[in-house]
Amino acid sequence: MPNPGLTPGSMFLSEYAMKSKYSIFSLLRNSLSYHQNWERKWRSPDPKPAYDVIIIGGGGHGLATAYYLARQHGITNVAVLEKSWLGGGNTGRNTTIVRSNYLLNESAAMYDHAIDLWENLSQELNYNVMFSPRGVLHLAHNVHDMQEIGRRGNSNYINDVDAEFITPDQIKTMVPIINLNCRYPVMGGVLQRRGGTARHDAVAWGYARAADSLGVDIIQNCEVTGFDIKKGVIKGVKTNRGVIKAGKVGVVTAGHSGVLADMAGMRLPIESTPLQAFVSEPLKPIIDIVVMSNTIHAYVSQSDKGELVFGGSSDPYVSYSQRGAFNQLEHVVGPLVELYPIFSRLRMMRQWGGTVDVTLDRSPIVSKSPVKNLFFNVGWGTGGFKATPGSGHVFAASLASGEMHPIAAPFSIDRHYTGALIDEAAAAAVAH
Amino acid sequence: MSQSRRLVKGGRIDRDKPLSFVFNGKTYQGYEGDTLASALIANDVRVVARSFKYHRPRGVFSAGSDEPNAIVQLEEGAATQPDTLATCIELYDNLSATSQNCWPSVEFDINEINSVFMRLMPAGFYYKTFMWPAKLWMWYEGIIRKAAGMGLAPKHPDPDRYEAIHTHCDVLVVGGGPAGLAAALAAGRTGARVILADAQCEPGGDLLAETDELEIAGEAASNWVSKTLAELRDMPEVRILERTTITGYYDYNWLTALQKVTDHMGPDKGGNLPRQRFIKIRARQVVLATGAIERPLVFAENDRPGVMMASAVRTYINRYGVLPGRSMVVFTNNDTAYQTAIDAVRLGAQVTVVDARPAPQGDVVTRAEALGIQIMDRSVITNLHGRMGVKCVTVQHLGEDGTTLLGKPIPFSCDLVAMSGGWNPTVHLFSQSGGKLRWDDDKTMFVPLAGPAINPSRSVGCCNGTMDLPGCLAEGLAAGSKAAKDAGFGTGRAPKAIKATARPEAPLRPLWEVSCHGHKSRFHDFQNDSKVSDLELASLEGMVSVEHTKRYTATGMGTDQGKTSNVNALAIMARIQGREIPAVGTTTFRPPYTPVSFGAITGQDRRELFEQVRTTAMQPWHVANGAVFEDVGDWKRPRYFPQGSEDMHAAVLRECKATRDSVGIVDASTLGKIDIQGPDAAKFLEMIYTNAWAKLGVGRCRYGVMLSEHGMIFDDGVTTRLSDNHYHMTTTTGGAARVMGWLEEWLQTEWPEMEVYCTSVTEQWSVASISGPKARDLLAGLTDIDLDPEAFPFMAVREGSFAGVPARIFRISFTGEVAYEINVPTCYGLHMWETLMEHGKAHDICVYGTETLHVLRAEKGFIIVGQDTDGTCTPMDVGMDWIVSKKKADFIGKRSFTRSDTAREGRKQLVGLFTDDPSFVLPEGAHIVDTATPKPPLRALGHVTSSYMSPNVTGPDGVNGDKGRSIAMALLQDGRNRMGDTLYVALMDGRVKTVTVTDPVFFDKEGERTHG
Ligand SMILES: Cc1cc2nc3c(=O)[nH]c(=O)nc-3n(C[C@H](O)[C@H](O)[C@H](O)COP(=O)(O)OP(=O)(O)OC[C@H]3O[C@@H](n4cnc5c(N)ncnc54)[C@H](O)[C@@H]3O)c2cc1C
Repeated sequence: MPNPGLTPGSMFLSEYAMKSKYSIFSLLRNSLSYHQNWERKWRSPDPKPAYDVIIIGGGGHGLATAYYLARQHGITNVAVLEKSWLGGGNTGRNTTIVRSNYLLNESAAMYDHAIDLWENLSQELNYNVMFSPRGVLHLAHNVHDMQEIGRRGNSNYINDVDAEFITPDQIKTMVPIINLNCRYPVMGGVLQRRGGTARHDAVAWGYARAADSLGVDIIQNCEVTGFDIKKGVIKGVKTNRGVIKAGKVGVVTAGHSGVLADMAGMRLPIESTPLQAFVSEPLKPIIDIVVMSNTIHAYVSQSDKGELVFGGSSDPYVSYSQRGAFNQLEHVVGPLVELYPIFSRLRMMRQWGGTVDVTLDRSPIVSKSPVKNLFFNVGWGTGGFKATPGSGHVFAASLASGEMHPIAAPFSIDRHYTGALIDEAAAAAVAH
Repeated sequence: MSQSRRLVKGGRIDRDKPLSFVFNGKTYQGYEGDTLASALIANDVRVVARSFKYHRPRGVFSAGSDEPNAIVQLEEGAATQPDTLATCIELYDNLSATSQNCWPSVEFDINEINSVFMRLMPAGFYYKTFMWPAKLWMWYEGIIRKAAGMGLAPKHPDPDRYEAIHTHCDVLVVGGGPAGLAAALAAGRTGARVILADAQCEPGGDLLAETDELEIAGEAASNWVSKTLAELRDMPEVRILERTTITGYYDYNWLTALQKVTDHMGPDKGGNLPRQRFIKIRARQVVLATGAIERPLVFAENDRPGVMMASAVRTYINRYGVLPGRSMVVFTNNDTAYQTAIDAVRLGAQVTVVDARPAPQGDVVTRAEALGIQIMDRSVITNLHGRMGVKCVTVQHLGEDGTTLLGKPIPFSCDLVAMSGGWNPTVHLFSQSGGKLRWDDDKTMFVPLAGPAINPSRSVGCCNGTMDLPGCLAEGLAAGSKAAKDAGFGTGRAPKAIKATARPEAPLRPLWEVSCHGHKSRFHDFQNDSKVSDLELASLEGMVSVEHTKRYTATGMGTDQGKTSNVNALAIMARIQGREIPAVGTTTFRPPYTPVSFGAITGQDRRELFEQVRTTAMQPWHVANGAVFEDVGDWKRPRYFPQGSEDMHAAVLRECKATRDSVGIVDASTLGKIDIQGPDAAKFLEMIYTNAWAKLGVGRCRYGVMLSEHGMIFDDGVTTRLSDNHYHMTTTTGGAARVMGWLEEWLQTEWPEMEVYCTSVTEQWSVASISGPKARDLLAGLTDIDLDPEAFPFMAVREGSFAGVPARIFRISFTGEVAYEINVPTCYGLHMWETLMEHGKAHDICVYGTETLHVLRAEKGFIIVGQDTDGTCTPMDVGMDWIVSKKKADFIGKRSFTRSDTAREGRKQLVGLFTDDPSFVLPEGAHIVDTATPKPPLRALGHVTSSYMSPNVTGPDGVNGDKGRSIAMALLQDGRNRMGDTLYVALMDGRVKTVTVTDPVFFDKEGERTHG
């Protein structure tokens, strides 16, 4: 993909004046003093009375936005307000699949931009986010699936996103534990080698540390409870720690976006539903890539710790509860055991849920709003982790200039009025 | 010596039933009633496993599901079970287990080198390194992945069977200790339907580890347990589920349980029984009596083999008849561990008690002293020696501040440390149910916060912080009665109190971490190798939120989910941060309480029972006649019927041609069929479909498309008016369930006032669709229905008899030929089919499958929803402007047509494509561009949606014929204005194909054949 804006890795670590660099040498050095001299990863400042930009929501997207504002645009008088602990929303709950092999041009542009940034993110942030481009494989189980991956592969080709068709034999070599002749025989697949996984917590922490070192105030346990809007212009936010003035405000609150919009007197075309995931007990490596199957609504990868990480589709009802119904999991486990018979004797160790913000067309809203200088970057739903660097990068550019970055522009809220939807759902029921 | 640590008598093991088992290749003996852990201890096997990160030698630590150390690989081959707790494996004959995560052996593990570099590997070290050079991360990761993980997954499919069932009860009692037994008794006596679930092989809970000194209702506790169980077993409405762990507590009092049915028998020994049963329970009321878990003490080198929980040591002595150590140091801050000391001394062990409390007093202390047990008060263990097993501990006095160490360190040789740091109520299920916790400073524990619960449950006994036996029994009785009453049984008054031995306890001295000299490892989380210094590092780096600390240090992230580590970690964090423990917060308890095998969750729904294959009544004929099948939704549909050595291409060309030349027949039974009745049925259809339905005459059919709210096509099909208020709707095969759900959703949520009833009748009708010039001739001899085109026109239905059975015949066509869809009740489906095939011979009948179906409809430009449309297509986009009523006030999707982008010109539109090379079939999904030399990335104009070889279509170049010529349908930007244009299709292999844009109707544009 063409990569407007940033050349990844163009800026480097020496500029980190405030924080000492992480490396094997710093580990060695610190081990001599029994690790009692490490610095804080980020400060814990009290909110200042006013900021140039306030980002609401200390998830990956919010933190990335703050980081790029400071790093790329020199805007450092920035606060990230997080009502709880940073990274504790969907960022810290997701199954960490990263890929960009989307069908539609607008999506491909956004997610591929993110992949470009993922590839150097650890170095850029000086924090090992463990981005692991081990490959993401989509399986096709019937003629219709083959048509779908056919279109996907071709679309990727045209958009210059890497895609390879894979035969069942090749699949068996890559994923020896798969049962090709299961109830829905595997007819083929499409592989994106640049896709993979990353360590979710590290992404939040890495961005937070880097943003903090550039002067951004990251304020946890600070909940936004209202907006100060005068004559259609945002003036600041009300929080449980008082009113804070702001020149511009970016709302990056995922599952709670509807609540925030409501505070600003708007309604978003978003429904918040539970999305669940679960892991097995840790095992020695048995699956080296990410394998997804839309037909059976299930996907799997194996974490570096050895747990198999599974997910499925979101619960069909709206809720903010961050827990879902068990039958959603049953619908995932059955097919998984069918596709990977050896899973039968493995065990579920932990299940959890997050609240995902799903728009009408399941694509995000990265947009201005009717209130001047109030911007939204929400609606990433079931699949926004992979976009984190790209989303933060283009949103920061948009906040800085006041005009939406070209990659962000199609994701304007206007499309819900005009009908220019970016609807990947028709092609992929599981949108991770 | 065999079973050198086995006591000569005692325990609930059956000494008449010796069992032999193999651990790490060596054969040992044990008894029925043992766990693998107790048998290993009996045989003096100390090192059982290696830890996750540092590969430190580890031994058995506890006696239950809280075990963080003794995790083994059970059995080999297909029946292997990784990550299994030795403490929860019931011993069976010939059991075989191995240590995992070690090489070459558990005694000598190469990776123990990690232990040497421990200092380089503090919490989160991996976030700080492995970044240089950037390219090497994938290599580093490979090594990390290999080193991490624990057990080995099986290599072969699971040979076992599982069951998943649903059940209901009035009162579910979770846990069969004294509180749970009392609750079950009280509830059961009211006549309520009660389920008592207990994880162990026999109920009794902590009482199983007691000596006969402990009395309940005037007799030995064990007798009371037996009598109570006998009474419960006699109650017809009470069910006792042994070996059953309640694993999850979900909303609306819905709980999941895992019952281990034959695990204790060993592989292949279960006969017809399933290995495990997953039970989903809906309970009116729940009584949680899940007990408490003892807290470890966090002191230097506390992870060495031979350091065990005091209550576990007692369990091994009394329940399993093994003495885990002959010279033992009991390290405690409370009274309960004294019972362990007393029981051990009586069996000949040498015991010293190291008690953190100054001058402990009370009954149990007096009894211990009377037995000659040395008690060192105000003392703590500050160091421990013995890498492969405790050899010696160092004891020192503890200052009043709880941290300062006073006086001279005194060494004690010993082979066992039994420790107790107090108790944590097992609040996991309560917490899963949405309950909040409260820190009880007196008891020094988190207890359930009383108050209105999201889900109606009561916590009783130890899990409620009630640690004394009489209290447990009383709470159990009261809660059992109240729960029964709330479920509609009894008066709610508790039965007469049950007397029991009271063991008053002196308060404990909180001791969350024990000071030591130098930088020794003090583990709070054993399974994940997390130490006090890791918590300190986390705080130092600003990871102060409990969730951050947990994630940064991996505390509580192991298979035990922090059963022994969470509270200690919280308390240590509180100290580091200078806060109160409750101010630090708690992490969320998530299901399952103990791991659940995926096989059990799947239950019987596997292999042939997993999403059962749907076939039509004609399946036997299809199979007998060599059909090649494809999966469409859950259905297997014949894709084509090869003759001789034909490949698909040849078969499809033949089938396509024959259908247009004589008559073709396809099994159309899989199409979704919905019976719609009610006075508002017509009104309803007006809203569901875009075109007009109110005036459709009885006996007439109409094609309709359904839209989403966005105005995008979502399904299509023909619907027929059978009588005034009765319609027969057909849907796509794959969309049937979705459409049914859609109709119901609108009826139930938006238009509840409409009187309309929808019933899926897909399976009730078998459908044969015959089409072609000879279709009418074929049908003529087989039905009493008048087939004259005047009497039975296109788009009409007639009822009558077909080959002697009742039938509905629809004259509709998906091929553009004269066509009839003959519907008969499914039981006659095969009869209908065979009759048609038999009589069809005279008319050169040709059977075809879905592939030919697709080609024939493509020749006519008919869309397949989901293939030629994709959720971004309006009817106008696919050239069906005529189907959208301009007159109707409303229908689903109508409003969206006014949106500017939906209404705009130049959207992607359905077109036909002819390749310049008539023999080249474009790959479906290939993208269309306007340059002959495409260089990605570039904007595509559209893509190919359907593409086939057709024997019936003549191209602009005049090419057709037996080999066919290629046709394609495509969605193309501004397609309708590009008719006749030359464009290019960019293939992924770099080739470029030239195409001409054309009308998507390739054959019989005027539609004369349909009406013929
Ligand atoms: C189970 C699950 C699996 C997933 N799997 C994947 C996957 O494999 N791949 C993928 O790409 N995506 C996946 N996703 C989606 C992905 O997690 C999200 O799209 C992404 O993490 C969103 O990041 P965020 O920073 O926008 O939101 P979050 O991380 O949720 O951050 C929003 C923050 O806003 C805070 N906040 C809310 N209200 C307020 C307020 N009033 N004041 C202050 N702060 C507030 C919240 O506390 C939260 O921390 C998954 C999601 C879930 C739940």
